[in-house]
Amino acid sequence: MILIIDMNWKNDALGFYEFVLPIAAIAEKMDECTIKHYLEVTSHDLKQCNSIILSGTALKDTTTLSQPDKFTWLKETEKPVLGICAGMETIAVAYGMQLIKCLEIGMTNIISLKDNPLFSTDYKAYSLHSYCVEPTQDFEVWAKSSKCAQAIKHKNKKIYGILFHPEVRNQEIIKRFIEIR
Amino acid sequence: MRLGVLFSGGKDSTLALNYASEKEEVACLITIASENKESYMFHTPNIEITSLQAQALGLPQITKITKGEKEKELVDLSDAIAYAKKEYQIEGVVTGAIESVYQAERVQRICYHLGLWCFNPLWKHDQKALLMKLLEKKFKVIISGVFAYPLDEKWLGKQINTKLIDRLLELQQKYGLSPSGEGGEIETTVLDAPMFKSKIEITEFSIEAQGNCGLFKIEQARLVPK
Repeated sequence: MILIIDMNWKNDALGFYEFVLPIAAIAEKMDECTIKHYLEVTSHDLKQCNSIILSGTALKDTTTLSQPDKFTWLKETEKPVLGICAGMETIAVAYGMQLIKCLEIGMTNIISLKDNPLFSTDYKAYSLHSYCVEPTQDFEVWAKSSKCAQAIKHKNKKIYGILFHPEVRNQEIIKRFIEIR
Repeated sequence: MRLGVLFSGGKDSTLALNYASEKEEVACLITIASENKESYMFHTPNIEITSLQAQALGLPQITKITKGEKEKELVDLSDAIAYAKKEYQIEGVVTGAIESVYQAERVQRICYHLGLWCFNPLWKHDQKALLMKLLEKKFKVIISGVFAYPLDEKWLGKQINTKLIDRLLELQQKYGLSPSGEGGEIETTVLDAPMFKSKIEITEFSIEAQGNCGLFKIEQARLVPK
């Protein structure tokens, strides 16, 4: 089972249609999915699932970034986790990384830096973020744009962050993540 | 949250309005009337009918006329949204974008610079599912423009129903046509929807068509009780 975590500022927010359902549409073709708002995720949910995807949010929605206490489980889980955009930024905050103001909107050139199971060559991706992350030594950078790190992975855990929106373009990244067990 | 909806009177912006009104407060409609029939950004057929739709919805409408020149039309859009922010205290904007990164990116930028939220509730949704959603929600939508082979004047004025959706899906299979008209293949006009307090009755229309391009022009229409 894939646990998709809705990272929007409130449960049942308008952004759910835009940032959660497109991820669910991809994931549901591969495995059973459960969607939960981040404030409603239980330890049982985290235990039951095979992998976890943290959604993105609207550009102005940075609510989860000021609530690291709601994501302490990110440092404890051994399940594969993929954070998309605000999801990646939330992982960054949980792991003590610094967030830096960095605006990218629209199609962006992504430069692949390292062989990895999620993508191979350089490609274009859809960006929608106003912050980027400064990866710590626990994380390696798998891809970058001209401005910032676009894909990161924890060196010892299956914790992945993608700053752009693979549910918009490059959906195979989500599929490949789900195949990682 | 008070929202302004970018409203063209077609099925996508009206469905986006429907979703937005279920979650937040829709404060106004924002309509861009483009003088360029081939606008990159804005739906054009029957844009005049949006004032009647706004009446049916009981919502104030801001209408901005643009020459529709690429990129310059974005300045007009930005001005209209800025006016909505000032006049109706909107905190965010809603669009009916489904697939177009071109449109979505530009509206996102405008909203960012104006300090507004931006929502695209139909974004990346399955096009067949969106068409079926219109029927489920009892939208009355007609085809008001066709612009691609093998569509022709026989499609104009037809109401979207199960049979028409099936036919569009067949054409998708055969010719790669976007069933939702995302590539500009079809344009639509909404005559009734769940939020409409009265519905639109067309009393006079004309058809302009040549080959695979055609317009169903609503010449006269009125509001009638539902």
